[in-house]
Amino acid sequence: MKDMDLADIIGEAVEHVLTYTGGHTRRVYVTPIETPYPHGKLIVSRTDTQGIITQCNPSFVEMSGYGEAELIGQPHCLLRHPDMPAAAFRDLWETVQAGRQWHGYVKNLRKDGGHYWVYATVVPNVRDGRIVGFTSVRREPSREKVALAEAQYQEMRGS
Amino acid sequence: MTINFTVSPSFPNERISDWYIFNTWLQRALSLPIHLELYNSFGAQRAAIADGKVDLIYANPFDASLLVREKGFRAIARPEGPPDEMAVITHADGPAREIRNLQPGTRLACSDDPCVNTVGRILLEPANLDGSNIVEHRRETYIQVARELLRGEADVGFLPVEAFDGFSPLIRRDLRALVTSELHVIRHVFLVGPALAERSEELTALLLSMHESEKGRGILEALGARRWLPVQHEDVEFMIDIISTLNQ
Ligand SMILES: Cc1cc2nc3c(=O)[nH]c(=O)nc-3n(C[C@H](O)[C@H](O)[C@H](O)COP(=O)(O)O)c2cc1C
Repeated sequence: MKDMDLADIIGEAVEHVLTYTGGHTRRVYVTPIETPYPHGKLIVSRTDTQGIITQCNPSFVEMSGYGEAELIGQPHCLLRHPDMPAAAFRDLWETVQAGRQWHGYVKNLRKDGGHYWVYATVVPNVRDGRIVGFTSVRREPSREKVALAEAQYQEMRGS
Repeated sequence: MTINFTVSPSFPNERISDWYIFNTWLQRALSLPIHLELYNSFGAQRAAIADGKVDLIYANPFDASLLVREKGFRAIARPEGPPDEMAVITHADGPAREIRNLQPGTRLACSDDPCVNTVGRILLEPANLDGSNIVEHRRETYIQVARELLRGEADVGFLPVEAFDGFSPLIRRDLRALVTSELHVIRHVFLVGPALAERSEELTALLLSMHESEKGRGILEALGARRWLPVQHEDVEFMIDIISTLNQ
């Protein structure tokens, strides 16, 4: 995954270096700007069994700030925000690989350095008894639930 | 053997006779005795499904999930047209301007349509409202839901957009949508059960060419559709995966 490009960033940004589960790193720029969730919509994406994005809907593209061609074929951690604790995603992967549904509040990083909060559900796509990929469906969270998740994630990161 | 056919109770009452006409057409075309049973509630229809009393069904997306995943049904066609969307409706003069204005204790009028209610509850989540802090009034029909709102007996109501748009201008004038879903993914589908599995190709071909005859076109029109379109099995599986996330 390429580092983020400062030319894409809108607003005052702080630089972070993210280290992913596989050990690779990425330089990201983060601004405090939140994009409000589009009322009434679902943000949907699908991945293969490795978490590579294979399909996404127009709301997903719009909220991420990327073009569709920049998203398809990329690992889903392209959207990982440095405020998200690694443990949340470990739990996600353990749950869906075991064939169960995972739910959680997620803060996602946009191409422009801003973010958006979602309530996400990830399900395994089981076909003929085999997991062939995963689907994530996000919906609009309440401000109260986001505030609770924010506090919990801050504690999990130990800061 | 008599085949049992049913239709999701979400269609307007005026169309009851049109579904009987559709059934007669289907029986003739397949040379098969088909009994159409129209249940007046989702609960009664669910019970019939559980008892194995349904072989053919024009189902709402939620029942379709259950039938495909647990009962061995296969989706063969869907009507051309926009997908199913729902709205949270309030009185035109009601105080709430957006969902987040709704407070704990909000009085909700809804039908027993599982599809509308599930999506409706998701639309209330941004206000931090759920089963624990809303007061629910179950009504038999969508029009009764609208009447509760008009009489001020409920603060919000759940309705399919299609039903809301179908109300008379007189009723709609005093109502307003606080939010409308734009899910774009869930649809009613025509499903064939295991009892008719060996004739499902024939049945599919019949539906997909229905609009080509004048008679077929007329029946479709009366039901509010132009034609049937094919559905890919994977598209239905994908819809079911999405629906499974909405139930949580
Ligand atoms: C279907 C699916 C959707 C996902 N959606 C997101 C997402 O929106 N944002 C995100 O940060 N991670 C998402 N993940 C998790 C990422 O794959 C990844 O685990 C996470 O970004 C953390 O990166 P890492 O596991 O490489 O450390 C998703 C995973 C799956 C299977």
